Parts: sequence; C-alpha cells; structure tokens
Amino acid sequence: MPKRDDIHTILIPGSGPITIGQAAEFDYSGTQAIKALKAVGYRIVLVNSNPATIMTDPDLADATYIEPLTPEVLEAIIAQERPDALLPTVGGQTGLNLALALSERGVLERYGVRLIGANLAAIRAAEDRQRFRETLVQAGLPVPKGGSVASVEEARALAADIGFPLLVRASFALGGTGASWVHRPEALDEAVRHALGASPIGRAWLEESVLGWKEYELEVMRDGADNFVVVCSIENLDPMGVHTGDSITVAPAMTLTDPEYQRLRDLARAVMSAVGVETGGANVQFAVDPRTGRTVVIEMNPRVSRSSALASKATGFPIAKIAALVAIGFTLDEIVNDITGETRAAFEPSLDYVVVKIPRWAFEKFPGADPTLGPQMKSVGEVMALGVTFPQALLKAVQSLEIGVDALDGSGPNRAPVPVPTSEELAVPHPERLFRAYRALQVGHTPEAVAAATGYAPWFVAQMHQVAALEARLRAVGSTTPEDELTTLLRQAKRTGFADTHLARLWPWLAPEAPVHIRAERVRALRHRLGIRPTYRRVDTCAAEFEAQTPYLYSAYEHADEARPTDRPKVLILGSGPNRIGQGIEFDYCCCQAAFALSDLGYESIMLNCNPETVSTDYDTADRLYFEPLTLEHVLEVVEKERPQGVIVQFGGQTPLNLAAGLEQAGVPILGTPPEAIRLAEDRERFAALLERLGIPQPEHGIAHTLDEARQIAARLGYPVLVRPSFVLGGRAMAIVGEPAALDAVVREALEAAPGQPVLLDQFLDDAYEVEVDALADGQRVVIGAIMQHIEEAGVHSGDSACVLPPYKISAYHLEIIREYTTRLGLALGVRGLLNIQFAIKDDIVYVLEVNPRASRTVPYVSKATGLNLARIATQLMAGRTLDELGVTEEPRVQGFFVKEAVLPFAKLVGSPAVLGPEMRSTGEVMGWDEHFGHAFAKAQIAAGMPLPTEGAVLLSVNDFDKGAAAKIARDLARLGFRLYATPGTAAYLRRAGLEVTPVNKVSQGSPHVVDAIREGRVQLVINTPLGAQAHSDGARIRAAAWEHRVPLITTLSAAAAAVAAIRALREKSFRYRSLQQHHR
Amino acid sequence: MPQLAPRAVLALEDGTVLEGRALGAPADAVFELVFNTSMTGYQEILTDPSYRGQGVLFTAPHIGNVGINAEDFESPRPQVEAVVLRALSPVVANWRAQRSLDAWLAHHGVPGIAEVDTRYLTRKLRDQGTLKAALSTQGTPAQELLRRARTWPGLDGRDMVREVTTAQPYTWPGDAALHSRLHFPAGVRQAEPAPHIVVYDFGAKRNILRHLLARGARVTVVPAHTPAAEALALQPDGVVLSNGPGDPAGLPYAVQATRGLLEAGVPLLGICLGHQLLGLALGGRTRRLKFGHHGGNHPVQDLRTGQVLITAQNHNYFVDADTLPPEAEITHLSLNDGSLEGMRLQDRPVFSVQFHPEAAPGPHDAFGLFDAFLDTVR
Repeated sequence: MPKRDDIHTILIPGSGPITIGQAAEFDYSGTQAIKALKAVGYRIVLVNSNPATIMTDPDLADATYIEPLTPEVLEAIIAQERPDALLPTVGGQTGLNLALALSERGVLERYGVRLIGANLAAIRAAEDRQRFRETLVQAGLPVPKGGSVASVEEARALAADIGFPLLVRASFALGGTGASWVHRPEALDEAVRHALGASPIGRAWLEESVLGWKEYELEVMRDGADNFVVVCSIENLDPMGVHTGDSITVAPAMTLTDPEYQRLRDLARAVMSAVGVETGGANVQFAVDPRTGRTVVIEMNPRVSRSSALASKATGFPIAKIAALVAIGFTLDEIVNDITGETRAAFEPSLDYVVVKIPRWAFEKFPGADPTLGPQMKSVGEVMALGVTFPQALLKAVQSLEIGVDALDGSGPNRAPVPVPTSEELAVPHPERLFRAYRALQVGHTPEAVAAATGYAPWFVAQMHQVAALEARLRAVGSTTPEDELTTLLRQAKRTGFADTHLARLWPWLAPEAPVHIRAERVRALRHRLGIRPTYRRVDTCAAEFEAQTPYLYSAYEHADEARPTDRPKVLILGSGPNRIGQGIEFDYCCCQAAFALSDLGYESIMLNCNPETVSTDYDTADRLYFEPLTLEHVLEVVEKERPQGVIVQFGGQTPLNLAAGLEQAGVPILGTPPEAIRLAEDRERFAALLERLGIPQPEHGIAHTLDEARQIAARLGYPVLVRPSFVLGGRAMAIVGEPAALDAVVREALEAAPGQPVLLDQFLDDAYEVEVDALADGQRVVIGAIMQHIEEAGVHSGDSACVLPPYKISAYHLEIIREYTTRLGLALGVRGLLNIQFAIKDDIVYVLEVNPRASRTVPYVSKATGLNLARIATQLMAGRTLDELGVTEEPRVQGFFVKEAVLPFAKLVGSPAVLGPEMRSTGEVMGWDEHFGHAFAKAQIAAGMPLPTEGAVLLSVNDFDKGAAAKIARDLARLGFRLYATPGTAAYLRRAGLEVTPVNKVSQGSPHVVDAIREGRVQLVINTPLGAQAHSDGARIRAAAWEHRVPLITTLSAAAAAVAAIRALREKSFRYRSLQQHHR
Repeated sequence: MPQLAPRAVLALEDGTVLEGRALGAPADAVFELVFNTSMTGYQEILTDPSYRGQGVLFTAPHIGNVGINAEDFESPRPQVEAVVLRALSPVVANWRAQRSLDAWLAHHGVPGIAEVDTRYLTRKLRDQGTLKAALSTQGTPAQELLRRARTWPGLDGRDMVREVTTAQPYTWPGDAALHSRLHFPAGVRQAEPAPHIVVYDFGAKRNILRHLLARGARVTVVPAHTPAAEALALQPDGVVLSNGPGDPAGLPYAVQATRGLLEAGVPLLGICLGHQLLGLALGGRTRRLKFGHHGGNHPVQDLRTGQVLITAQNHNYFVDADTLPPEAEITHLSLNDGSLEGMRLQDRPVFSVQFHPEAAPGPHDAFGLFDAFLDTVR
C-alpha cells in the first residue's frame, strides 16, 4: 500500500520532560518519526514541553509547540492547527495517555482527527493490566496468575488465591511507580494502599511471582498488511524481579534453543493480534522458567519504547522511523533498508556481535533513597556497548558508564574493587551486583554458587568466570614473560575487552614507579609496538550478508577492519555518554547541532558516543558513527583511524572535557576554545586572579586541600559558606554549610567526590538574585545569546532552579554590567564557541560565581526561546568562521516570557529528602511561554506535572527567617480566596499579621497532623521552606507527603511569589499558544 | 588457553589461511564453506542433511550455549563436514540440554575451528562467492590443506543425496521419542481420514515428517532412487519431494522419478531440493547462487496475497524462473534478490517452495503450506 493521501497534517505529541522511566529515547523516536513523515510530504505539528530535545528544533517539524502536554492544551492546539491525524506512539506513555484522554473527551471526533499507529481499543487492552490479561486468556495465551483490585479488601481475597510472594503494581502508572514485591500477608495492605495512591485510576494489580525466572523481550514490528517481523530479542542478565529499565540486558538472546525462541516469536505475534495492534512497533516481555521452560507473557507496549531505542541502535533497524511509515500506510516490503540500501525493511536483523546495555544510577545524589533494585525503575540513564563476544561487550559497557570503573570487579584507575560479597548480598539486586558477582568468582566461589545466588543464567556466569581466569593469567605476566606469550595474552585480553587502564594496574612491572595513567600509556605503546590495534566492524542488520552503506562502527580486535575512512575534511564530535543528573539530553542536543552544522559546512562529521537513548547515536545524524566508550583509549584509537582535522569537546558536557588534556597530550587538535581556557575557568585560584585582573567582583573564597584548611577558611569567610569539589558537574557533593559543626562531614564528602582535587569554599550570598548568561565568542567579539534570571535565589543549583528569559526583576543598570562582564570574560579567556556565566546580584553588586567556556545546560532552552541556534553557530565559529561573517552581532530580543522549570524525581526515589539545594537533583526540564510572566510560570508548572491550584487551601510551614516574607504571600493567597493552614509556629506568626489561619499539628505533635491533611486531600498547595542544610524531620515528612500525593510543593519564597503571580494570572485569563515558527518569523 | 588448546587451521582455495582453536574431533575435512546467519538453532542446522559436503560458518558469535538436546535433531547425526565459529560456549545452559556441542561433534568425528574472524570470512564468501576449503584439527600443514581445497572437485554436478538418503523405506515415526514436543503446540488441524503421504528422502529434515504427522497423515519415507512406479504402488494420497544436499543437476534419476509423479497427477509438494527437481522435471534450469541463502531471516513475498513470510532458507542453487514452462505459475519471490522462491502448476495439484516451510530452525510463518498441501490431498 502506498501512503495515505487522505491525511495532510499529522499531530505528534512528544513525551515531555526527562523523568525516570521516560527519557531521551523519546527524543530519538519523535525525531525519527518527524523526519520520516516530513520526507514523504506530510505537514507535522509537534507538541512537547521539553525544550532540551532535538525534536523541538524549529527546523524539524512544520509547527513546533513547546507547551504543556495536557488534553486541554492539545485541544487548543488542535483547534488552531486542525491536523487530520494524531500519531501517539512515539511519545511514550504520555503520548498514549493523551490519545486516550482526547478521545474520551470527544476532541478527536469533534475536530475530525484520526488516530494513526494505534487504535484506542489496542491502547486500552495493552495498558490496562486487567484487560490485557483477559485479552490474552481469551486468545489462549499463557499469563501469570493475577487480577486487578480497587481496595485493600479485594486485594486480600485475591492474594489468598495467588499465594506469596506476589507483585503489586499501580495501574496506568509510569516506570513502575507504586510497584513492589510482597513476600508476606502482613505487608500486603501497605503495598496495596501505596499502589492505589500512585494509580491515576485508583486501581492496583496483583500478580503471581515469577521472581527469578529468565526475562526476555522481543521488539516487533507489524504493518497494515499483517506483515510481522521481530527486530531484536533481548535477554536480561538480571532475572525477573528487576524492572527491565534497571536490568543489565543482552541482545540477542543467548540461552534459548530455536524452538524456545520461535515460541516467543509466535506468542509475540499472537499478542499483537489479540490486542489489536494493527501497525507499528511494540515490545512484548516474557518470563521463562529456567527449570521447565514454561513461558508466560508479562506485558506489551503498543508503542515505541525505551527498549525499541536500544533495539534500533543494537540492530541498525530504525524502529521509530519504520513505525511512523507503516502508520501512514506503507508496508514493510515497500520500505528500503537504509543500511544495505538494497534490501527491504521486511526482514529480521541478524546480529554477528553482542550488545550489552547497563543502566546508570544516581543514588549518590539521593542520600536516603534505597538502592535496592526492584519493579520500580530507578536508573536515570544507560549505556550500550557492542562487542564481538559477550565479555567484550560487557567490559566495554562497564567502561562506558563513567563511574570510574573499567573492570568487572568494580575497580578503576582510582577505585578499589568492590568488597567480596556474602551470598546474601549476591541475592540482592543492586547497582553493584554485577561487580559483586565477578568479585565472588575472582576469589574462588564456584560459578554454580554465583549463578544460584544471583539468578543470572549459568551461561553468563561462565562467561564472567572465563574473564576472571584470563585476568588471573594476565596478573601472572611479568617483565620476564617471553614476548610471544605476552603478545598472545595481550591480544586475548583486548579481544576479551580489557581496558588499557586495567592492564596498567595488572602490570605494575611495565613502569613500577609511574602513576597508573602513565602506565596506561605504556600499555598502549606496547600494544601498538606489538601490532595489537582495534579493527572496526560495521553494524549492518544482516551479519555481513549484504554490504553496509552506512558507516555505523564499533571496535573489536579481529582480523579485518571495515572502517574505510574517507579522505574528506572531517571533525570528530565527542558525545556526552550516559544521561545522568547534571548531564542530560541538552548536551546531546548540542552534539547533534554540531553534526548538522559541520555537514552544512562541508565537513564529514564523525560522532563518538555510547548512549543508545539519543539522537546523536542515530546512524544518520552524523556522517559516521562510532558507538564506543568515551574513554581516552577508545577515543585515541578512533582519532588514529580517522585522522580528523579537529575534535569538538565543548558540547558533550563534562565527559569530553575530562578527556581534553589526554587528547592534547597526544597531539590531537581541539577545535574552538582552547582546553587551557576551560581549565583556567575551573581552576579556582587562577580564575580568581583573572577576575581580579579584569576588575570583576567575586564572592570571598578560599581553596582547601585538607579538612584543617577548610575549617580555617570557613572561619575567615564567615558562615554560611558554600562548599564544593572542583571538576564535577551538576553540583555533585556541593552544599551550603550554616554552622561550623556541620562543616567536617560536607568537606569530607567533597574531598571524596573528586579525589586528589582541592575543595572550594565560597562566601554564600544569602538572598541574592542569580542570573545566568549564554554567549557566543569568536576571539574578537562576544555576542550575548540570552540573559536569564533564576526564580529561586542563589544557593539552589542552576539546573534545579526555575528560570525566566528575559529577566523580570533585574534593572537595566545591572543588565548592562552583566553584558560588560560577559564581554570582558569571553575575550580574556579567548573563547571560540560557547560561554556560560553565572552571576549573583546582592546589595547592588554584580558578582561572577562561575564561568563555563563550553556548552551549558541552557543552550537548547535559549535557542528555542530566541530562535538563535547557539550550538550551530558555535560550531561554525569553531570551524573558523567569525560572528561578523555569520551576521550574528546582536543580542536577540524575545516577546513575552519563557520560563524553564526543573522536573524532580523524588516520587520515584522514596526516602530521599525532597528539597532543593546546591546539588542538582532534577532529571529534566520543561518550558512555558506566554505574554505575561504569571502565565508563563503557570504553564511551566503545568508542564512539570505540578499544576498550580486556582482555589482551595494552602499549607504553609516556613522557617523563622522566612516568616516575614511568607506573611505577604499568605495575604495574597487569602485575597485570592485560598484558605490557609499552617504549622503552629507559622500559624502564630500569620495570626499576628492579621490573617485567618487554621493551625495543624506537626507530625511530632500527633494526629491529626499535617501529613494527614495532605493525605486526605484537604490541601491543594504546600509552601514549605526548609531550614539550612540540616534535614528537619517534620519538614521532610511534609515534603515527602506532598510528593507522594502529588500536591504541588514550593520550597523557596521567591518561587512562592512567582506562584502567586501565576495563580492570579490563571484566574484572570486564558493561555495563548504559539509555535516556535511563529515566534521566530 | 591459547598455549594449551589444540590448534586448528582453515585454508580457503583463494589462499586465505586462518588459525584458530580446535573443537570437535581431531580430523581433516575438505568442503564447500557456507555461512548461516541464524541466531538460534545450531543443532538443527548441523543435523540438516542438506549441508552434506559443506562446512558451516555461523555468523552468530556464541555457539554451543544451549548444548545438544534429545529433541531438536533434524537427522540422527551431524551432517556437516566441519564447523567454523567465533566463540564456543564453555558451558551448556539450557533445561533440555544433554551434552555439549564439542563432545557431540567429537563423538561423531566432525572437526571444527573457533576463535577466527567469522565476519571477515563471511564478507569474503559474500564478495567472492562460496569457496572450497580444508580444515585440520590434527596438525596437517596449511600448504597441504590449501592443495586439498584447490584440488577437491566440489559439489557441482555431484550426487550428494546418495550419502544421506535412507537405504530402505520406513514409516514415520519409528520411534516416538524423535518427535519433538516443542515444535508442535496443540491445536494443529488434523486431516480426516488419515491421508497417506510418501516422502522422497533426498536428505529430508525430520521436521517435514513431524509436520505431516501432526496433521494426521500416515507417512512413508522412501529412498531417493525409488522409481515413480514404485512410489505410486504405495498408493499415496500425496507425495513430498524433500530437501537435500548438493546440485540438483547431479540427480537425473530423481528428475526422472519426479516426471513420473507429475504425469501420474498425484498431489506433489516440493521443498528446497525437491522444488529444484520439480523445476528440472518441468524443463526448467537450475543455477548456482553466488553465496547461497542460508539463514532464518529471509523475506519471501507471496505474490498472490502480497504477504511477506520470514523464512528459513538453505540453498546454493535456484530455479531460473525464466526457463519454466507457462503452466508453472510463480507464487513466491525472494524480497532480497528477486530469485524464485515458489511455484505451482495451474493444471495439477502441484506446488513447491525453495524455502523451508518446516523451519527448524527459523520462523514459523510458512507452516500454513503444509495445511495447503493436505487440503489438495483430500
């Protein structure tokens, strides 16, 4: 069937902000879908609240709305744009939920919008566990025992039938929110209550335990002519019980015979038919009992998912693109396979390599959160690695994680192996379980015992055991080992995936006195002398049966090389690695822009990255793609193979910057701002001297190498002080210390966060306004991209602070000073490319807090708001163009206000204090625009999933410093008709200010208390300002309860003031919606 | 391990010599080297008689993971001359496994080589076409292996079927244990009353027999050289021409028998080699593919419905569609290279496919062909 011509305009909802469970993979899928549908002639309207995405680049869709993803907003945009069709399957769960809501409200029917890619019945049947199960049972397909309940009583009755342990899940919740394992009847009630609370429809699902069974996933594709293919099979290393997003996974499946595999394939097809998924991509999850082979279907997603992103990168089969094309009527046999250029998309990829995905967690940022892994996803990102064998892929994946580990025992250049685990520890799913399992093998536990304790399939354990055996033999090598034996072993080590840095630790004899990183250079030199270099292989979807046209490459140590570098002028872009807090999709956005700009300039763009969720690792983003760990070893080998004119390190966040020194030492040309300038900006002492020379004020500060020094400096500066380690991103281990007693612990943590680096102490500017600038510079001139004002005061990490462009409370006088300082700094540092500066304004003085001569987190937000594509222009500057030549000479002006708001993961990481501070904790961001600040702020809150109430009651509980300002806010809210509740101290103060307020007990004062009030739904908004760094247990309970019950929570008074403005605006008039294309026309 | 493990040497007729780790039996072998891109089912592949005369290279890197079980045999023993792979599993990890691949190959005298760059070899075969090769796991010098590979006459025009066909007719199943339970979930349509199907064994895979049996047929397997009259004397309701090894041009007696069956008007199903024999019997010609189709992911389009079947394939020769008489209707084409994958006769209940509807290993998309065949029989 050719494409449908009864459709002209297609509306695509994105997935919104990056959250745990719904991340960058939907930028990849949305981007692919838009590109594919535009290429065949459709007009595309995109709605996504997340400005950090590539898909919201105004060049991509025809009309791009960065607006909240709610049914109301979509209805307004549908009325405005009048699309003929809605494609809900590339925007994650958000996309499907929106489609359901729009249909139920009759919006689709009213405006004649057809749903394509999935039908309502199929979405409902797949998303509602009860229906899914009934559908499968009716079709005779195997499922675990289980059922749906709406109350604790129903749950008890059902549990008696199912038996324990059993799984409790919240129906219709994302990423496993509200899910848990229940091992005893006594624990059932609490688990069910939690799930009922987390479910948007108030139902919980109970299910038979398949804990410890093998877990498999099939990524499948179907077209309108009932052609069906399996794109990829995935086997989880972690057995059933760990959310698949938190599992280490392997593709293709490794421990199935053909009849077993084909049974999964037949079942997947039958599930698609039973559920009624007529076209598109889907994944089907299975559990297989390793003792009997009994197979049950666990779930299916009738849409593109995180696993489909992984499967696309793992196989070279672009699932989202094909899903979009079959949604508009093409059949698989009509679509050409881009990689071979001659075969069709109607086939099943064959892999002649192994792919390993490892999740990346961020528990170090959430003290108190339980790192035990279970049915609720907790990871914030992931890495993928390709290797010829499982051990090679596994080791490369570990090296890709950027957690300082390069070996399976959890050791790294500055890290000791994990402690030898007990068998109880091995049984607990944990971020370090892989290392623990290897460690157990290393010290002589039998593979059988390790397999039994972990539930890993014996095959995987045997592979790890072989690695351990090789490691032991490598350890035995010494300076007297004959060269031919050394050569054989070294080659085998590299074929197995051992890192040079790891070999450097195993082989102290190579350079007994030298530090490990120097010894790693010796290993490299030795390798090269012995002729042991990587060979590059192509990902071709077909195990070499057809020739690959697409240079999508990974390293191996095999006989033949397929890189075939060209002799074109070329530039290598280093990506940002796994998403983590502080380094997310924004940097991938920048790297993609660099690739686009380089292609425009006539360069061959080469991307190196290891994150399967991203657009940058799509094989058609850059001209060539190396899917490799971002370590010096792997980058240098690619550089030697490709010999690029230069390498771009300023777009990928901290990851490539950490490699810059090593690259420079190896003589690799770095494009743009010299790394020396980046180092200068990060070196507090030299940077302070520079500011002084330029006559720019900075907070009083000091640098401590020891705890003692830190104590002295803090005493000199006076409390509160800001403490942070150097050379880390996202404010890791950064804290405000209010009193001497709290200093020691904070300094110790900071010293540990960046070993060998000093700790910085700054005078903390209480109640200062914080302002941030993104600018471009070419060595001659500095042009400001945007000045943004943070809504939270200084002390909240810039990544977690809401922020508004243009500034709404900064005087023209201060803005001029900011512009002047920006120019001075840009020129003094010799910036060629991007520059980000953080300012604080206090008592009429503008201070510079921090300068980052590289891409910042706000680059995509600024680019979307202003229409000035900062990253693309910066790339052109790095390639030697000047701002004059590019015609970029003026700071752009924007109409109205663009508010950015951070999205926080506290609901997923129960136990972590829900409070903002100098350490960044947000996973993603949203943007809201409107003519007036209040509206824009309100939109940002809606987009962030915390819509402000327009009526009801407010609970105030503020610290003593804030009580005066809180009274003003309380009065404003009271005038707007809100009822006031407050904890006793706050209530007393507000009463004295003449306000009518109902006091509520603190939790410590007994029921009925504040948490009861929140739980019972008596409060629609919580304003709670915590006191200093010490976790106030009552405040912590209030905030946790607010998160759990989805009551909007505001933790700073400046944000509260903004919220009051927003509520007022909400009540006065309705929103306006405008596409980026209209903004920038 | 590299020092201790026995070495193996693989030599190709183009002069390529690779060294690797030996597996299976200490032995020498000369063969035609083909690659198979299936990611599962090495047991079925290795026991497929169609591979007689060939050495199989697996493009999937890890082989041996699930060992060898009692059920997934397509014939009682390994049929390949040699095995080429990247990484042999150190353990067996599957609930049905009974022994390791390595031990099983050794027991049956089949040598193999591991730890070689299988992708390099695959690309070579893709670019240069199928190559003659020799392997030794017992120290035969590379020069000698090269000489053997180059002087070996190869498979073109040879009768390989002789080596794999049954000596005597027999009824399937002789032994119920040979009937794999996993392939056949309950609910397959049963033909009533039980039709009698005669299967010409050119190297038949057991799964063809299992499919017929599962649909209620009485199955008699006859030797490849059985004349048509003898087969017809068994009073079959239908005849299956099975898959098998080598070049159909080396089997004039089988073409002769096929003509006899065609003339008798008995319902006929040809699979793989059986399809090629039918093509020859109709006056068509067969030709060699550059490197053959060997894998479980081959898309085939049914021209009557437009539907794409993902099929298992294993053949080096194909029927040239242009040489077929007009009464032969082309029903299936390869989506990869457009070669003929299936045909039927308009005037008789006769059809054939180049791919393997019985799968084993491979996707089950074409199981329906067995139903279609039994429908014509009734």
